[in-house]
This record gives sequence, structure tokens and C-alpha cells, in this order.
Amino acid sequence: MTTTTGPTKVTGAVGAAHTRVEGRDKVTGAARYAGEIPFADLAHGWLVLSTIARGRVTSVEAEPVLAMPGVLTVLHHGNAPRVDVDYQGLLGSPDPVVGVFQHDRVPFAGWPVALVVAETSEQAREAAESLVVHYDQEPHDIAFSAAHPGSYTPEADGMRTQKGDLEAQLAASTHVVDAEYTTPEEHHSPMEPHAATARWDGGRLDVVDSNQGSSWVADELSKVFSLDPGSVRVRSEHVGGAFGSKGLRVHQVLAAMAATVLDRPVRVVLTRRQMFSLVGYRSPTTQRVRLGAEPDGRLRALDHQGLSLSSTIHEFIEPSAGFGRPMYDADAHHTHTRVVRLDVPTPTWMRAPGEAPGSFALECALDELAEKCGVDPIALRLRNEPEVGPVSGLPFSSRNLSGCFEEGARRFGWAERDPRPRVRREGRWLIGTGMAAATFPVLVGPATAGVTAEADGTFTVRIAAADVGTGARTALTLIAADALEVAPERIRVRVADSDFGFAMIAGGSMGTRSWGWAVTAAARELRDKLVPGGDIPAEGITAKADTGALLGTLAQKERHSYGAQFAEVAVDVASGEVRVRRMLGIFAAGRIINPLTARSQLTGGMIWGLSMALHEEAVRDQATGAPVGPDLAGYHVAAHADVPHIEADWVDDPDPDDPVGIKGIGEIGIVGAAAAIANAVWHATGVRHRNLPIRPDRVIEDRATEAGGSGA
Amino acid sequence: MRDFGYQRAHDVPGAVALLGADPDARYLGGGTNLVDLMKTGVERPALLVDVRELPLDGIESTDDGGLRVGATVTNSDLAAHPEVRRRYPALAEAVLAGASGQLRNMATVGGNLLQRTRCGYFTDLSKPCNKRTPGSGCSAVEGEHHNHAILGATAHCVAIHPSDMGVALTAFDAVVTYETVDGPGQSPLAEFYLPVGETPHLETALPPGALITGVTLPPAPVAARSRYRKVRERASYAFAIGSIAGALDVRDGVVREVRVAFGAVASRPWRAREAERVLTGGPATAEAFAAAADAELAAAEPLADNAYKVTLTRNLVVALLTELTEEAAR
Amino acid sequence: MAPSTSSALTLNINGEKHTLTVDHRTTLLDALRERLDLTGTKKGCDQGQCGACTVLMDGRRAVSCLQLAVAAEGREITTIEGVADGDRLHPVQQAFLDLDGLQCGYCTPGQICSALGVIQEHAAGWPSAATTDVRPEAGVPELTAEEIRERMSGNLCRCGAYVSIVQAVAEAARAEEESA
Repeated sequence: MTTTTGPTKVTGAVGAAHTRVEGRDKVTGAARYAGEIPFADLAHGWLVLSTIARGRVTSVEAEPVLAMPGVLTVLHHGNAPRVDVDYQGLLGSPDPVVGVFQHDRVPFAGWPVALVVAETSEQAREAAESLVVHYDQEPHDIAFSAAHPGSYTPEADGMRTQKGDLEAQLAASTHVVDAEYTTPEEHHSPMEPHAATARWDGGRLDVVDSNQGSSWVADELSKVFSLDPGSVRVRSEHVGGAFGSKGLRVHQVLAAMAATVLDRPVRVVLTRRQMFSLVGYRSPTTQRVRLGAEPDGRLRALDHQGLSLSSTIHEFIEPSAGFGRPMYDADAHHTHTRVVRLDVPTPTWMRAPGEAPGSFALECALDELAEKCGVDPIALRLRNEPEVGPVSGLPFSSRNLSGCFEEGARRFGWAERDPRPRVRREGRWLIGTGMAAATFPVLVGPATAGVTAEADGTFTVRIAAADVGTGARTALTLIAADALEVAPERIRVRVADSDFGFAMIAGGSMGTRSWGWAVTAAARELRDKLVPGGDIPAEGITAKADTGALLGTLAQKERHSYGAQFAEVAVDVASGEVRVRRMLGIFAAGRIINPLTARSQLTGGMIWGLSMALHEEAVRDQATGAPVGPDLAGYHVAAHADVPHIEADWVDDPDPDDPVGIKGIGEIGIVGAAAAIANAVWHATGVRHRNLPIRPDRVIEDRATEAGGSGA
Repeated sequence: MRDFGYQRAHDVPGAVALLGADPDARYLGGGTNLVDLMKTGVERPALLVDVRELPLDGIESTDDGGLRVGATVTNSDLAAHPEVRRRYPALAEAVLAGASGQLRNMATVGGNLLQRTRCGYFTDLSKPCNKRTPGSGCSAVEGEHHNHAILGATAHCVAIHPSDMGVALTAFDAVVTYETVDGPGQSPLAEFYLPVGETPHLETALPPGALITGVTLPPAPVAARSRYRKVRERASYAFAIGSIAGALDVRDGVVREVRVAFGAVASRPWRAREAERVLTGGPATAEAFAAAADAELAAAEPLADNAYKVTLTRNLVVALLTELTEEAAR
Repeated sequence: MAPSTSSALTLNINGEKHTLTVDHRTTLLDALRERLDLTGTKKGCDQGQCGACTVLMDGRRAVSCLQLAVAAEGREITTIEGVADGDRLHPVQQAFLDLDGLQCGYCTPGQICSALGVIQEHAAGWPSAATTDVRPEAGVPELTAEEIRERMSGNLCRCGAYVSIVQAVAEAARAEEESA
């Protein structure tokens, strides 16, 4: 037995750079991800997806496949156990795709039609590929466009905001921008494919998964299988990237279903190609932005209309039109989100849903307006800074966008910028710079945490948080260290086990804020329990906290992070190549817990923006309704060679209402980044690119003789 | 993936004998394309004959001043070889522009020549494709084809050949050598790839069961001043949407000799002989380069979404030949 | 006569011999992960399009997802588990850890194995697509950030840890050069 709370108080962990606590495991290969935990008697499931985009499964020819070596079962709509998807979970009703094999309807290409389970993955794969499925095919509609007659305004809250007389203000404006912007279908593409292993263990369903919230997925699985909430355990210790795609998906349901049928552990791993149909994606958008301004750039009118798509079986909305609501004041301020339902998989949250595509459109439109007004783009934005929420009228909890502009402009060298387009050339490259602003809401959710003072003088924190690469485990270590006033080395944080109780998911940039709040509260409880100099029993002394009740008392305010994005690009209009030469992002995003990992997360978001600007685009085949080239050679994400030196930094901006001062940094990095690059491409070439990605074929100019001046 | 037999060959006659004329057997080199195609189900061999350990991994000068490259030489070793870099720098550059460091360490010269198109319809068994399933139709003509052929294609297939290496080899008149049960044979690269016609599934002039043993590069002093440029949709680790291998001998402003080949425009690396003919003996100016490109590209038949390739290829001709002209002047 | 579709073989991994019988369809990647419990090598795409499964074969980096296990017999294979010297991290691993050249960690073993290959390939004088002049008389290109980016491009990182990965590779390469 040791004393726990000695006389020395140690604080200052929060705000000091700390390498990832699990970093050593990750650089040595010791960290095990979902598909890597060994199980005795493990069987392997392989999915079979529909090849038609709409119709019915008329037969699944399972018999020949069951005779193949090692095959244990073929699950399909004709024999699968019943599951329930008619429920409300943490984030509403589930995408009905997780109700696998419950009927014969096929609502999109890539719909799960069967699972083959075999002794080895090689056997399962060959059997799945050999399975013959017959369909009754119906005509499909996957053509997404602004003119689609089926579009409508969803009934959900916040789809439409209207302040002031838009047409009158537009008519009274000196300068008007009216432009349409499009963004394509984009996929999360985490490096680790979705994987789950399920087994029954002492009457409980035990699932090893890769997800953004183990207690969330456990709760959803208990509802799908009509089990007591306590009889499902989900663990997800290491997660190889998620970005919004790793909630309840078909793989957990399939693994649990097959484990139930076979009464042995079953692992289901999605292939990279299957991920393009089964884990959600970001809807394409078409957006129309109308801006009207005084000669000096002050906005009289702001109108942002966004259209996204969803499946025929579930309504998901990519709210791109909402981006401007907390950003810019205007006498008339209108936003309107619409959706159209097509024979495609349901999209889902993907890093900065709404803000990522919405900021591309509005921040490019503002750049066009700045050009028309002859006003510097930063000055234009500062001229339209609101005192209170432009739509809500609520006060801001804190807003330091101007500080981001100031620091960013200074470090980027913005003052020396010649605003004229297409006047800088280096060899075959035209050079340009651009900027854009960013915002993302500050959210928080409830969480339970336990903190145990161990007999050996260390502390164990237990919380069903998810470290999806954000550094959450490390951040919570630092937060707990300061809350307990001990060195971080004495803290051990255990995450991602649903048995630790409910905790908010890693999503909406609210993970660390939600969990940090709970850990801080539990640590306070523990310190109250501990007697200075007192003994700790062998089982330790534990305190728990649940922040559910606390959060309801938060005052209604406009709570957001802000940021300023800068980019310099080089464009060869003879080849169409665009290279980003440098980027700088300055953010006002709350108190930064761990500068080392925070910088990584912010630059990572900016690289997402670069990738969105130049590379990412999933293509659907109109004839079959299925994706074309759904893999990492067909769907390009930025590679090393695309990414220059990128700097991310921050200005002081602690959230006054958070016990630690956190706002959240997971998503703000992508917001505005694509617009900054597109604006820089205009500055380089004089051409506005309103459709992403800015592909070579869209940039290339037919002027061989002029462009041939100087080589590589 | 279908299960299959595996045999490791230790000499060329043994390899050829092992494969025999079995249409379900394949030679396995680096596996970077074949194993991938087996995973997607495009290839379903019953037997693999592993040829990686055959004594075909040398790069040697020929008596006439050319270079002979063995079939199992890896892409990496080819690109790193001092004689390749000195005498055929565009070949080294082309190889380095392809794939990734890992894949170049695995992929072999023989396999590179036989790699299949990356057309998204070819690699997806759920969609029609005449190259994969003759007679099923071409999905790309009316579908997604922004990176498909503008030259030499037919309504039966508009897929492009993905090789970078092959483009440089084509510019330098490389000759493919092979071995069959009946003895050795050879085929100039210009004749190695068959026209698309109505039979896009028939890709090369190799006799059934033939094993590529190497590639011979004839002496080409012009190749010492050569470059390869590749344009793609990200800066690295992506297939070309346009590429060019060029070599130029220019003296006193006059083109003495020129070699030009295009990538990513046709079912095979495209030797721009018409452009070469127009240029030879004429002035080395941007206008002349553009006119030569136009002469070559007059035969182009772009689809709805790939007309940019005509512009891109023309621009690449002008840029690369201008660059070589400027280098020669230094 | 149908040929056998499996083989007994010995794989030499991290200096240890492992004898096993494999289905010929089994890739080296799956043999490592599913048969030998060496799960540090990751499966990101299974098609040679991401680099997460990079290992060293006879000292050269390769993607293990396109390498059939049966064809790997006789090769010396190094996986991420064999990179450190006991408890002492390899300088490349240490640099990734110190400079935060990782986020989710899933591409990290592949990035590290690839970086080892990059440093060796550069030391051997190999040019890259970023090399301005590939002719041997131009000499060995300096291992600039641009050279590292091109050479590492076969390893995708979706979290976007590229900036610190490049710094980590540069620092490890510099340290290696100084100690050589």
C-alpha cells in the first residue's frame, strides 16, 4: 500500500507537447487493430454484394457453394435470423442497410445479398465469388443534378433560414456574384478497412470492432438483435482511421449474425472495394451562391442553396448551405438545403459534413466578390464580421476569426500579394495565392468516466472514448494528470470498451471535449474521496462521473471554432497540373491540449482539403449504377508527393464554458482549405474553378505554342 | 480466387515445358499485376509457373552498342542501371514515373510489357467488357472514359495500355525476345501489341505458352538526349492520363533525328512516326513541334469526355521537345 | 492430374524460420497476419494501392499483399516486428514517434519499412522521379524533402501525417548518414 496524494502537486501537462502514449506500440507493430486479435476456432465471412442498382433478388444458388471446401454457411434473405432496424439510436434511426438479409429488395448497387462463412478467408473469398445470385432488375435513377425534379426540402430542423428581403437587397447591390459550385461524391477511405469479430462468451455478445464509439455501437447492436443493453460488449482499442464512416455498419451485424448461427467466433472484414458501397460517403453537392454587396464589399445579400442526395431507403442530409450562418452578416441572409433521393447507398457524416463542401462554395464566392469590389479578400471578410449570430441573434461564446486573419496574413506574407491574376510565372508554372475562412460548431455530448487511484501510486482512467488517430488517449492522459495534479507518467488511460459505460462518440469534433469534461469531473470526485496521506486498498479507490446532467445547463450561444486558410499553388496550364506549394492554417479552436498531436490533426485536416480540392472524386456508372474503379487506384487521395510543407498554428481562444477550455479540432482543418486552393488557382491562372476536383482536364488550356516556353 | 498449382522454374526450357500450352497456366513474375487480377477474378489460372528465379536478370551491352535487358530484371534495377541512365535516360525516367518504389522492386520487365489495362470496367466482373469477356460489350464508350484512348481504338474497346516503361521502349525501337517449346522468337515492340479491331482480348503477338526472355534496345545515340514526361491526377503513384517519351538530335536549329512516343492514348504505347517524319530535317521550333503533334493527332478520335487528351498530348510534344532543344543549346 | 494447391514451406522472417503449409492463394500478407500472428504488417487495400503492407524482402521494400507466400520461400523477409533492436527502437521508428509521424497508426508500419528502403535505395545512388537529371554523371541526388516525398509516395496516409513523416524520414536519414 502506498500513499497517493503526496505533497508535490504537478500540473502543466495540458498545453505541453507529449508523444502519443500508444505511439511505441504503433511504430513497432505491437498495436492490434480489430481484425488482428486471435480467436480459437475463428471462421471467416465474406460478403456478396448486389450487381444491380434496383430490383429484387429472385434466388441465391447456395447449394453448390455449400459443397465447396471449408464452407460453413451461406446467409441470405431466405435463411437469415430476423433483426430489427426500426429503432431510434443515439443519432436517430439507423441506415436500413444494417438490417442485412431481411427482404429481397435491392435499393442500390453494392447492397449486401449474402455472406459466405468458411474455415479460411481464402475459402470464403472463392466461395463468395462463385455464388450465383439471380435478380429481377428494375430501371434505376442515379443521375444527380441541380435540375432533378425529385428534390425537396427535408422536414428536419434548420433546413431553411431566411432573414430580410433577399431579392430587394440583391437588386440594391452594386456588386453581385451568382455562381453554381459542385463537389463530387467523396469517400472517407480510412486506411484500416472495417472489421469486426463477434462471438458469444458466457451469454454475452462480445465484439471486437473498429469504430468511433464502442458504447454507441454496443447500444445499436443490442437494439438490432433485441438484446439487453448489458449483454453486448464492444471493444475497439485501436482504430485505423474513421472520419465519420465507423459507426454501426453491416460488418458488425454480419459477424454477430454468423457467430449466432454457427456458435463460433466469426470475423467479417470489408474489402476496400466493398467499402465504396457499404460504409457511407459524402454526398455530391450542387450549390448556388448569390452575394450582393456595397461598393466597399459590405454584404447586403447572402443566399446559399445546397442540394445533396440520399438513398431511397434513408434520408441523410449534407447541410452545405448552413456554413455561412455563423460566419457573415448581411441585410438579407438566406440559406436553404435540399435533398434528392436516388438509387444509391446512403451517404453519411464525413469530416466536416456540410462545412467542407459549403465552405468551398461560399468562400470561393466571397473571393469572386472581392475581385469584383476590388477589395482585399481578408478586408472583405472583416467588413462583414457580425456582432452576434447573423441568423440566430445569439451572442458568440468567443470569436477570434480576426485574430486568425491577422496572424495568418503576417506569417503567410499576405500584405505583399499583388491581387492581379495570372501575372506570376516560374518556368512552366503560373503561381498564385489564395485564402479562405473556416468555421465549425463547438459541440459536447454526455460521457461517463471512472478514475481509479491504484495501490501502486498510479491512476487508471476508464472511459469508452475512441482514439481514431486523434491522440485522444494522450489528450485524456494530460487532462487527467492536471486534474489529479500528478505527472502524466502516473496516468493510464483505458478507452474503447463499452463496459466502461456510455461515452459520446469520436465525431462532430466533440470527442475530447466530451470525454475531457467527464474525466475532469471524475478526477475531482476522486480527489474528494482520497484522504491526504491515506492508504489505498489493493483494488484501488474509484470515482465515477456522468456529465449528462451538467451539459443541459449550458447557456444558448453561438459556439464555434474559426480559422484562416492560406495556400500557394503552381499551375501548368499546358499539362493541367496543379501543385500546392505551401499552406498555412491559423485556428481559433479552444485550448490546445497537446500541441504535438493537435498540429498533426489540423494539418491532416488541411491535407484533406488539398485532397478534396485536387484529387477526390468517386464516379458512378450510369448504366449499372455501380461505382467505377472503387479502389485506391481509382479513387485518388493525396499522396506524399502532393503534399508540401504545411503549417498549422493557433491563436489563444479558450472556451469559457468548458472546464478545460476545449472547443474541438477534428474537423476545422478541412474547412475552407479547398476554397483557399481554388482561389489560389484563380490567382495563378485567372480562371475560376467552381467544380471539384480541379482535375488536369479542367485546367488544361489549348495554347501549345505559348505554353511550350520552358520545360520541366 | 480459384485455387491453383504452383511450380518454380529454374531454367528457361524448364519453365516453357512446365507451362506447355495450358491455356489455364500463367507465368508469375513479380506478381504485381497478375496477383491483383487474380484477386479481382479477371485472371483465374489453374497453374502458376514462377519464373522470378530464372537467370534472366542481367543488363548487358550488346556488341553493336545496344543494351540487352533480361525479362526478370526488376523495374528498380533497370532504372538504377548506369548504362540505362546514360544511354537511354528517358527509359530510366519512364520506369521511375511508374507505380511506387515497392512495386518497382517487385515488378519485372517481362511482366511490365504484359500488364493489362486499368480500365475500371475491365477489372470489375459485374460490368460488361469485351476485353475481359469477348462479345459482352464495351461499357466505357458510353460510360466513364475520361482516361481512355483517343488513338487506335474501336467501338469494341477504348482501353489504354498503362505502361510507362513501354512508352520509352517503343520510342527506342526495342525488340522483345521470347522462348517457346519450338525455340526462340522475337518481335519488335512496334508489332508486339496487336491492333484492337474486333478482338480487344487478343493483346500481343506472343505465341501461346511463350515466355518473354528479354528486351533488346538497339544502339540509338539520339537516346542519350531523351526525356520522359508524365501527367497524372496526382503527383505520384498514379497511372498516366498523358505521357511522352522524346529524344532529339538538333544541330544548328535543324532536327537531325527525333523520337517521340505517347502513353495513355491508345491500347499500346504509341509511336508518333508521323510527327517524327514531319519534324525530321525541319526547324526545331515550338511552331514546328506543334505542327508535328497536330499531324500525328489528326487521326485522333476522342470520345465525349476525353478530348482534352488531344490538347494535352500536343502540349506535351511542344513542351518536351522545346526542353530538349534548350538543353542541346546549352 | 490436378496439381497440388497447397505447399509446405519455410519462410525466413526477421531472422527466424517458420515452417508451415499454405494454400497457394495465401499472400505473404495473409500468412503473416493470419498464420504467424505477425499482425504489424497491415492490410489497407489488398491490391498494391496503399503500401500499408510494406515489408522488406532481401533488404528491398515490397508490398506483401501482391506477394504469394509460396513464392516468398527462400527470401529474407523483415517485417515491422523485426525492425527494432530488442527494446531499442530503430532511429526511423524513434523519429516517427518523436515527430508524431503518425496518427491512427495503421499505415505506420508500412511507412517505416518503406522509409528503411528509401534510405537504402538513396545510399545505393538510385535516382527517383523527382531527380532532375538521372544520368549517372549528375551524381547522387541529395535526399531533399521533395525526393523523400516522391520516394515515399507508395505509402498512403489518410490521416494526413505526411508533413511529419517526411520530417521523420529526413531526420533518420541524416542521423544514419552521420553515424556511417
